[in-house]
Amino acid sequence: MEVGLKMGKGGGDHVCGCEKVKMGFEETELRLGLPGGGGGEGEAIRKRFFSETVDLKLNLSSKESSGINPNEEKVKGLRQEKSLLPCANDPAKPPAKAQVVGWPPVRSFRKNMLATQKSGSEESTEKASGNSAALVKVSMDGAPYLRKVDLRMCNSYQELSDALAKMFSSFTIGNCGSQGMRDFMNESKLMDLLNGSDYVPTYEDRDGDWMLVGDVPWEMFVESCKRLRIMKGTEAIGLAPRAMEKCKNRS
Amino acid sequence: MFWGNRKTLKMNYFPDEVLEHVFDFISSHKDRNSVSLVCKSWYKIERYSRQRVFIGNCYSISPERLIARFPGLKSLTLKGMPHFADFNLVPHDWGGFVYPWIKALAKSRIGLEELRLKRMVVSDESLELLSKSFLNFKSLVLVSCEGFTTDGLAAIAANCRFLRELDLQENEVDDHRGHWLSSFPESCTSLVSLNFACLKGEINLGAIERLVARSPNLKSLRLNRAVPFDTLQKLLMQAPQLVDLGTGNFVHDPSSEAYNKLKSAIQRCKSIRSLSGFLEVAPHCMSAIYPICANLTFLNLSYAPGLHGNDLTKLIQHCRKLQRLWILDCIGDKGLGVVASTCKELQELRVFPSDLIGAGNAAVTEEGLVHISAGCPKLNSLLYFCQQMTNAALITVAKNCPNFIRFRLCILDPQKPDPVTNQALDEGFGAIVQSCKGLKRLSLSGLLTDQVFLYIGMYAEQLEMLSIAFAGDSDKGMLYVLNGCKKLRKLEIRDCPFGNEALLEDVGKYETMRSLWMSSCEVTLGGCKTLAEKMPSLSVEIINEIEQMEFSLDDMQKVEKMYLYRTLVGHRKDAPEFVWIL
Repeated sequence: MEVGLKMGKGGGDHVCGCEKVKMGFEETELRLGLPGGGGGEGEAIRKRFFSETVDLKLNLSSKESSGINPNEEKVKGLRQEKSLLPCANDPAKPPAKAQVVGWPPVRSFRKNMLATQKSGSEESTEKASGNSAALVKVSMDGAPYLRKVDLRMCNSYQELSDALAKMFSSFTIGNCGSQGMRDFMNESKLMDLLNGSDYVPTYEDRDGDWMLVGDVPWEMFVESCKRLRIMKGTEAIGLAPRAMEKCKNRS
Repeated sequence: MFWGNRKTLKMNYFPDEVLEHVFDFISSHKDRNSVSLVCKSWYKIERYSRQRVFIGNCYSISPERLIARFPGLKSLTLKGMPHFADFNLVPHDWGGFVYPWIKALAKSRIGLEELRLKRMVVSDESLELLSKSFLNFKSLVLVSCEGFTTDGLAAIAANCRFLRELDLQENEVDDHRGHWLSSFPESCTSLVSLNFACLKGEINLGAIERLVARSPNLKSLRLNRAVPFDTLQKLLMQAPQLVDLGTGNFVHDPSSEAYNKLKSAIQRCKSIRSLSGFLEVAPHCMSAIYPICANLTFLNLSYAPGLHGNDLTKLIQHCRKLQRLWILDCIGDKGLGVVASTCKELQELRVFPSDLIGAGNAAVTEEGLVHISAGCPKLNSLLYFCQQMTNAALITVAKNCPNFIRFRLCILDPQKPDPVTNQALDEGFGAIVQSCKGLKRLSLSGLLTDQVFLYIGMYAEQLEMLSIAFAGDSDKGMLYVLNGCKKLRKLEIRDCPFGNEALLEDVGKYETMRSLWMSSCEVTLGGCKTLAEKMPSLSVEIINEIEQMEFSLDDMQKVEKMYLYRTLVGHRKDAPEFVWIL
């Protein structure tokens, strides 16, 4: 299990059909610059377009394709909402219009009901709005603003890791086992991970407890995750014993 | 004036009781509000006799002032979050908590009997307090609320001895799969209306059977998905007096015993006028309900997956008396044609999208709507999600149906023009507002320029609520509306190029309205600050989910979401950290 910041390697998962950003470990220094290009402090923060808001000042070796937003073309004045909705696996298909948050204006209750009924009767390969959105906030210690991610758009921890990596470009969940279950019971491995100065993703579950991401099967995680926080590894140490406690209680 | 010369005969000559009796005949909130403004004497009599109060924005007034003014209050309706919260545009924890209201009412001497909430946060604690504080509590209606679990429902069931109505519509309920239904004591026989269709979990089937069996006054029953076909049949045998039925699971084998039993049970239910549910259903099952279709006035199949064109039309052909129809777009344009030729009494039609991806399957177009307008002249309320719309169609609809009160059109692809002419839909919507002189609610979609707003400002004299998305070219658009629509109460706008100039042109206007929502527009922080300064009677909320923001933000910065509303009680104290009240 590799500790720390793995960039763009592994899995052939094409979350967005966009270029994988390849960079070495040493180049991922995260600076706290505001978005919008050089000396961004003076500029108004415009939360309107993905490509702008994601442009954190990172020491990236290769050009970041601002491809987090698959919907690059601006339909006349159509503005994208802040939430990241990674596109469906097929990069050739144009992104569905329904990925604009709150559109079409159908009550969430109805959307969820439809999704539940559909998943019961059809085998759907579409991951876009057919399913209810599980939008959760993502904050990262040191970053100047939050993002949002739709957990139902991802099918595994790896996909989530990729999506978050693109968002904040400096961390990863680390190597997950084949079922996405962390090798949690091995305390020494855990301590290695946490003692690093790397960023570690954590989440708040329905009980209000903060847990390390990766400790439960993916489906269970999606159901129970209320928000995500990417914190420094050293800070996350306090979580581990509790998280293990919970794991033990569950099984 | 009124209270000077006693020799002149006037209303005030009569004792208060007479006036009170006269006021009893005035039930509409608007009228009662008007009555209270006539003079001090009428204000006093009206306030003591008022039993029903409607509060469209829970932050516009405080529970204390409500209680002080209306000591005879029996029924309270409260609305919390703004409408766009339905579409995930308002973060959770924004507000709209009912607890402070229930707490204040519980402390007072108010004998609350009915509570109706929409888009509010309702905790189990609130429900428990409610259930224990009002001896005569009779009716709880929760629409699009959240924050409670089935434990809260159990408290209501257990403690409200004279409960008549428990109506849960489209709420997000944490289902603990407990036995909340069993919490209704054996002595509870007063139920008239029970709707738990939105609950996702299992329920105790024996409990619901016994409950229905001992509720002779039960008129409305809406079950959830967990209630199987067999149970439905048993329930119908116990409650042939039902007027409104919502089925749960409606899947069965037509050759089975259960199917035959249900058919005969249904035939005994001669009073059913309203039918909904079918939360799980297969096409061949629907023939079981044909016997009751002739008398139906309301049919809701919008949650019934898997019923397509033919299945639906076969069913609808039996429903000649239908007044309200809620359906999925898999009915198709042809299916709507069948509706048009069968349902001559139709007043309200809602066509919901079955495919939210917008991949273009099984949707309806302008054709279906034109059929309906031609066949159903009594149509006055429409919600229509469609693939496309043309100006010509809208003009035809406007001519055929001049009686629209509510007209909500949603073309699934934002900013889509008329596919035939490639023009904006200004003329089409213009025709609607010009023809429908009684139009109170309008939602626009498709490609639209400032022109449509000019028409709305000119013609939509009765318009009270307007929803706009991805429309307009400039501030002029919004100004046409604000200047023209004198009766406007709620305006909600997203993703339009309206900015400070429009926002600030007539700040007094907002005091005549309930609320204004603007998100992803051109309004800046500076503009909002100016507005807040000029209008202390408004609460101007900036909602942003960006943490660690400093308050000394650049005034030039565009505001992500602004929600403003008039209020008599100043800024609310329960705003979360991501809401900034200017």
